[in-house]
Amino acid sequence: MIYTYYPGCTLKTKAKDLDLYARKSATALGVTLEEPEDWQCCGAVYPLARDEIATRLSAVRTLVSARDNKRAVVTVCSACHHVLVRVNDDMKNDADMRGKVNRYLELENEYGGETEVIHYLTMLRDKIGFDEIKKKVVKPLEGKKIAAYYGCMLLRPSKIMAFDDAENPTIIEDFIKALGAEPVIYPFRNECCGGYVTMSDKSLAKKAAGKVMASAKDNGAELIITACPLCMYNLDANGGADKLPVRYFTELLAEALDVK
Amino acid sequence: MVHKSLEQACLIMDRSGVDTRKCMMCGKCSATCPAFDEMDYHPHQFVKMVTEGDIESLLSSKSLWKCLSCFACVERCPRGVEPANVVEALRVTLLRRQGENYITADDIPGLLDDKLPQQAIVSAFRKYKK
Repeated sequence: MIYTYYPGCTLKTKAKDLDLYARKSATALGVTLEEPEDWQCCGAVYPLARDEIATRLSAVRTLVSARDNKRAVVTVCSACHHVLVRVNDDMKNDADMRGKVNRYLELENEYGGETEVIHYLTMLRDKIGFDEIKKKVVKPLEGKKIAAYYGCMLLRPSKIMAFDDAENPTIIEDFIKALGAEPVIYPFRNECCGGYVTMSDKSLAKKAAGKVMASAKDNGAELIITACPLCMYNLDANGGADKLPVRYFTELLAEALDVK
Repeated sequence: MVHKSLEQACLIMDRSGVDTRKCMMCGKCSATCPAFDEMDYHPHQFVKMVTEGDIESLLSSKSLWKCLSCFACVERCPRGVEPANVVEALRVTLLRRQGENYITADDIPGLLDDKLPQQAIVSAFRKYKK
């Protein structure tokens, strides 16, 4: 299995663990992740306004380069995944947007959303299978009570993201079970942590992150895992004095596969 | 004034890709909004006020900067109205006016800490500045 690997800006800097353990685990699982030399930042936030064209271009360039290499793109960061999937959906289903972007980029071959964008977690679920992963676990994380924090960007809007059931997701819980640990279900696992305003409105960010943290804690979790560097930062910085540790899902995978 | 406000309402509908007239005022968007308590106008009011052409009140509202773009309202709207897209269309409309940037490069150093991920800084420029 060979994929184009899109790390994004944060995995090269503040979220190095997310990147490193994604690569190590992929190798252990027999997956080759090829990082393009010339990838650009995806823009970090999906431009919701229909007349924002230039802010979509860097994501399109990534999608075009993957198409030209005849590979699907694997993302890890929730924000990158959200941006690439939604821009790809625009290119596929919005003829007006597709026309404008193609005229702007003057590509040799027009782009119409052909690239498949998959998240590392969906790669584990759909391309490898959690049963296979279970077989490859060397050090099961027995007895650990782990809360999956989905946040917003992987799940919503579900008709475009098509990641999992937006209200009752199971993919990260199934992942936790495959590693031999015990998933903790709690009401705020798919509610917003407030990361969007972590720079501009500390008090709102604290309120939202505090609710997620309290919800996980009240339901018996000892650890939270996430795929999103912004959620990781926000839950840790604004989760309150009595917060649980937060780690990236890839780190736990590497631990269980004994490649950490 | 009537013409002007209708024109602005159409602009917001085009920019957001949302037909606000589909709303049946059930209030589910506001009920599910994690920033509800902080807002002067709530998500269902955003939708109604756009339909009515009351755009300027929304552009000067506190709520504009309280929306977390979490898409809970988008996911849970039974009519497919997408209130978060309306909020973003309004933010963009304001930011494109001269002198209305919500953040400047000079503000950034004061907001940084050791752990702040790059994506927060990149997205701040995308969200708050044109």
